[in-house]
Amino acid sequence: MSVALLNLIETTLNGLMAGVMYSLVALGFVLIFKASGIFNFAQGVLALFAALTLVAFQTGQVPFAHLVNAIFGTELHKWGPGLPTFLAILLTMLVMVALAFLIERLVLKHLINQEPIILFMATIGLAYFLEGFGDLMWGSDVKALDVGLPSGGSFWWEDVTREWAAEGSGYYGMYVDLLDVSAAIVAVALVVVLSLFSQYTATGRALRAVADDHQAALSVGISLRTIWVIVWSIAGFVALVAGIMWGAKSGVQFSLSLIALKALPVLILGGFTSIPGAIVGGLIIGVGEKLAEAYFGPMVGGAIENWFAYMLALAFLLFRPQGLFGERIIERI
Amino acid sequence: MNVHAARQGVFGAARSEDGIARGEPLLVVDNISLAFGGVKAITDVSFDIVKGEIRAIIGPNGAGKTSMLNVINGFYHPQQGTITFRGRSRRRMQPHEAAMQGIARTFQNIALFKGMTTLDNIMTGRITLMKRNMLWQALWHGPAEAEEIAHREAVERIIDFLEIEHIRKVPVGRLPYGLQKRVELGRALAAEPALLLLDEPMAGMNLEEKEDMSRFILDVNRDYGTTIALIEHDMGVVMDLSDRVVVLDYGRKIGDGTPDEVRNNQAVIDAYLGVAHD
Repeated sequence: MSVALLNLIETTLNGLMAGVMYSLVALGFVLIFKASGIFNFAQGVLALFAALTLVAFQTGQVPFAHLVNAIFGTELHKWGPGLPTFLAILLTMLVMVALAFLIERLVLKHLINQEPIILFMATIGLAYFLEGFGDLMWGSDVKALDVGLPSGGSFWWEDVTREWAAEGSGYYGMYVDLLDVSAAIVAVALVVVLSLFSQYTATGRALRAVADDHQAALSVGISLRTIWVIVWSIAGFVALVAGIMWGAKSGVQFSLSLIALKALPVLILGGFTSIPGAIVGGLIIGVGEKLAEAYFGPMVGGAIENWFAYMLALAFLLFRPQGLFGERIIERI
Repeated sequence: MNVHAARQGVFGAARSEDGIARGEPLLVVDNISLAFGGVKAITDVSFDIVKGEIRAIIGPNGAGKTSMLNVINGFYHPQQGTITFRGRSRRRMQPHEAAMQGIARTFQNIALFKGMTTLDNIMTGRITLMKRNMLWQALWHGPAEAEEIAHREAVERIIDFLEIEHIRKVPVGRLPYGLQKRVELGRALAAEPALLLLDEPMAGMNLEEKEDMSRFILDVNRDYGTTIALIEHDMGVVMDLSDRVVVLDYGRKIGDGTPDEVRNNQAVIDAYLGVAHD
C-alpha cells in the first residue's frame, strides 16, 4: 500500500473515533428531545457536571471547599483519600438521578404545556446555573480523570500497519489512541443497552409511548412527570459516560460544556428524533472534519475542523431539513 | 371468537371491588361547567352513569360531548361542579390518575402509538396494572419477567377477542382506519377498566366494520359487565346499543332517558332539525 492511502485510512479511523465522542453527546440530546420535545441546551453541562462530581468522589474533594474556607477561614480540602472508581461512578450516577428529580421538581413541573421555546430557554438557564454551581462546588481548575481505561497509542497497531507500507518508504505505522477505541466500544455497548431497555421492558415501552403521543400516553395511565424524571436520569447517565470519555481524553475542564455546540450539527445531520441518526451523524462529522482538515486544510491555512461541521449542517438545512433519519415534516394544510 | 378464554382474567374482578352493585351510579356528573376563556363549552350539566349500562352521549357538532369525556378522564378541569366516581368526589385530577382509578378511553381521531406494534400498543394499556418498579424491569429477570408474561397472556386474550391476531406484529401506523380503531379499543380494554369511554368508536367506518364494532361493544358490556359511555353520531347505532341516552346541545343538557324517550323529546328533535331558538 502506498503511504498516501495509509494516511487516508489513518485519518478516517481517527475521524471515526472523534465522531464517536460527538455521538455520545448527541445521544443525550436525542433521548430528551424524543420524549419531551425539549431541546436540552444543558446536555453538555450535564456531562461536565457529571465528570466534575466523579473526579471529586475519586479524589475525596470536599464540596464547596473554597466557599467554606473563604467564609469560615478553615483549611478544608479533602475528606479522605477518595473512593475506588467503581463506587465513585455509582455514586455519581445517584447524583445524576437526584439532579433529574430536582430538575423536574423545580423547573419542568412549572412549565407543563408551555411553548417549546420557553422550555428551551429554561434549559439555557439551567446550563448556566449548573456551570456556576459546579464551579462553586468543585472549583474551576482543570482536573485529570483516570478511570483505568487504557490510553496512549497502540503499539500493536503501529507494528501491524508498518508492515503494510512498501519497503523503504520510511512509514512508521498508524497512530490510534486506545482511549478512543475504548470510547467507541463503550458507545456501542451504551446504544445496545438503551435499545434493549426500550424494546423489552415495560418502562421502555412507556418511554416509547410518550415519545409517540403525549395525550394517548396520559390516557393509558402513564404519568408524564415520572417519565420525565426517568428520561432525564437516562440523559444524565449518558452525560456521565460522555463526561468520563471526554474527561479522560482532555481533562475535566469547563470548556467541556462547549462540546454541546458540536452536537448541534450532529443532530441536524442525523435528525433530532433518531438514535441511529445521532450515531451516524457523529461519525460523518468526525470523519468529515478530519479529512477536510488533512486534505483541504493546507489550502486555506488550516482550522477547518472548527467550522466544517457547521457548514455541513447548513447544507443539510437547505436540502434535507429533517436530517438523514429524522421524521419527515409533513404540514397539514 | 374465544369469549370464554377472554373472560378469565382479562375483564376480571381486579377492578370491580368497589361495592357498587349493578344498576347503582358508578359515575355522577354534578353541575359541571367548563369554559375556555369566554367560550362556554359546558354549562350546568348533571347526569349519572350506572354500573353495567351502556350510556350514550349525543348531540349536534360542538355540543360539548368530547369536552364532557375530557372532563371525566381529567384532560379538562371544570370551573364548577364535581365528578363522583366509585363514591369518590374530585375536582381536579390528572388523566393518569383517572386511568389508575379505572377509567379507560378511546379518542375521536385515534391516539395510538403509531410507531409501535399492535401488541406493544395493547401492552401499554396494562401499565396501570403493573406493579414491579423500574429497577426490577431494568434487571428484567425474576418477578418482573413473570409479571410481563402474565400481562402478555391477558393481552393475547384481548387480541383473540377482537380478532386481530393477524396484525399483532404490525406497526399500527400502517393499518387501515377501521383496524386502528379496533386496536385502540383493545388498548382501552387491556386496562380492565371499570368505566370505558368511547369517543365516536364507529366514525368513518363502513357498514361491516360498524357491525363488528357494535358486536364487540355489546359483548364487552354483556359478558363482562363493563360500564360503557360512548359518543356516536350514527343514530341507528346509538338507539340499538345504548340503555340510556343523554343529549347535549350548546353545552347544555336538553334530554336524558331511554332511547325511546329521547327520540320523542321535542327539544331533542328541535336541536337536530335546527329549529330557531327564540
